[in-house]
Amino acid sequence: MGEKVLIKGVEAIAESAIRAGCRMFFGYPITPQNETPEYMSRRLPQVEGIFLQAESEIAAINMVMGASAAGARVMTTTSSPGFSLMMEGMSYLVGMELPCVVANVVRGGPGLGNIAPAQSDYFQATKGGGHGDYKTIVFGPSTVQELVELTYHSFDLADKYRNPVVLLTDGALGQMMEPVIFPEMRKLNTLPEKPWALTGALNREKNIIMSFEMDPKILENINWELQKKFQKISEDEVKYEEYATDDAEFVIVAYGTIGRIAKSTVKALREENIPVGLIRPISLWPFPYGVITQLVPQVEAFMVVEMSAGQMVEDVRLAVGDRRPVFFYGRPGGMVPSPRDITEKVKQCLSMLLS
Amino acid sequence: MKPVYLRPQSMEDRITHYCPGCHHGIIHRLIGEVIDELGIRGKTIGVAPIGCSVFIYAYFKLDFVVTPHGRAPAAATGIKRSLPSDRIVFTYQGDGDLASIGLAEIIHAANRGENITSIFVNNANYGMTGGQLAPTTLLGQITTTSPYGRKIAVDGYPFHIAELMSNFKGVAYSGRFAVYDPKKIISARKAIKTAFKNQMEGKGFSIVELLSNCPINWRVSVSDSIKFVKENMEAEFPLGVFKGGE
Repeated sequence: MGEKVLIKGVEAIAESAIRAGCRMFFGYPITPQNETPEYMSRRLPQVEGIFLQAESEIAAINMVMGASAAGARVMTTTSSPGFSLMMEGMSYLVGMELPCVVANVVRGGPGLGNIAPAQSDYFQATKGGGHGDYKTIVFGPSTVQELVELTYHSFDLADKYRNPVVLLTDGALGQMMEPVIFPEMRKLNTLPEKPWALTGALNREKNIIMSFEMDPKILENINWELQKKFQKISEDEVKYEEYATDDAEFVIVAYGTIGRIAKSTVKALREENIPVGLIRPISLWPFPYGVITQLVPQVEAFMVVEMSAGQMVEDVRLAVGDRRPVFFYGRPGGMVPSPRDITEKVKQCLSMLLS
Repeated sequence: MKPVYLRPQSMEDRITHYCPGCHHGIIHRLIGEVIDELGIRGKTIGVAPIGCSVFIYAYFKLDFVVTPHGRAPAAATGIKRSLPSDRIVFTYQGDGDLASIGLAEIIHAANRGENITSIFVNNANYGMTGGQLAPTTLLGQITTTSPYGRKIAVDGYPFHIAELMSNFKGVAYSGRFAVYDPKKIISARKAIKTAFKNQMEGKGFSIVELLSNCPINWRVSVSDSIKFVKENMEAEFPLGVFKGGE
């Protein structure tokens, strides 16, 4: 482990990716993630990597597809409207079982929206987003250090499952500078072998990579195989942080930037002896349903806080059912609730429960 | 007995799915012959389009990837840039794929001088989907979505890819050929060989446009389809080399 470096979130993604062995980056300018491709354009040539600015997000994700098919560790980053343009490619990548890492630095929507931090692409990222039955692993980090660690980890997971991994963050974390410790530079000869990659069929059978099958019976089986993979990921790759939940009677569920703010809220409320806890999902897909379900017997009510009009709240309601109330507090359009806003909402909910 | 005409070694021993009389088969064979002749079978990667030739991977003994509609040049860029420089990457695309939905990708690949080869098959309609209007459909040509014939006021003019490509500095070679008679086939083969050789020599982007027939969707006999290529398509799309050469 190296020493602490003060770095912006969107630059930390880039450096961490390089340390994970990513040597190919294709991207298209869009705020608030421009520092990632800018950093890559400086840094990748220093490590014999390739940075290429694509003509569009559509081209970028398809360049990623090509590089991944050729066996490279590859990444692109974008923000909401660009992520929408990449959805066709994402669907293909899953169908082709190609690994890659895509960061979406989410901004206010819908449409052009604005460049302020938001969490309104949760559905798009966690429920598939493109056409067909598919999932991508999705992480929602809440500190720059966590962003670094999850970026690094994402490349291994992508290769392990031959599936895209999405980092869902926003401009608040992206533009924030924090001291971080980067993982060691991964030796490229320690990266997993990819015998399926397209390298030229010299002295071996040809490799075909595609998401195409005309026979519905066979395509059904391919789909079930993919579902088995998603099931395995659901069992093995759930990540979350539990904070002050041991004796909690009221639990906040929040991720990413808001997960971090909600933690401050919980600390403040605990000082007032209010038994509040926090579940901070880190993997948004697979979603940590289990830990929430387990808390149902001890908890009076849950409250979901999001920078959206309410998306993750649906997953929390799936975990809780109608056994406990699930309150929601959210602000869409790029507004960020403050710890004080959340504190007030918690108190309102508590008084509603009492009355 | 000494065989004088064999299947190229780069090709699989199987019958294609293409319609009777379609020129895709001839064009596939020419690519196979060129790959054999240049001795690059073991280091060539093909990028298939969406359209009739989406099945091309089945006919070659080559690594292949099937990419989204029109995006083959972007995927080819990703492959080419990731692999050692001696690997040969080519796209095989139709007119809907390359000249319509994938126009941005082909133009930017060309303008970057991406060191890849594109084989562009222009049959003046969307074959796979049943014969709709394409950017390359001729004026007056009847298709399933131009039932009264292509009109300038509605759909504008036929799109000239080979000429357009010749304007980019990154393009090493751009030419248009046909494959309906032996003489034309020999010229087309030569062009395809140049387009692959350019890549081997690192000269940049090469594209070969091949006028093709589509007897089934044009609703004509094979002989009439060849007549249409010769008399109508060639009148709109002149054959020749627009950039580069030997």
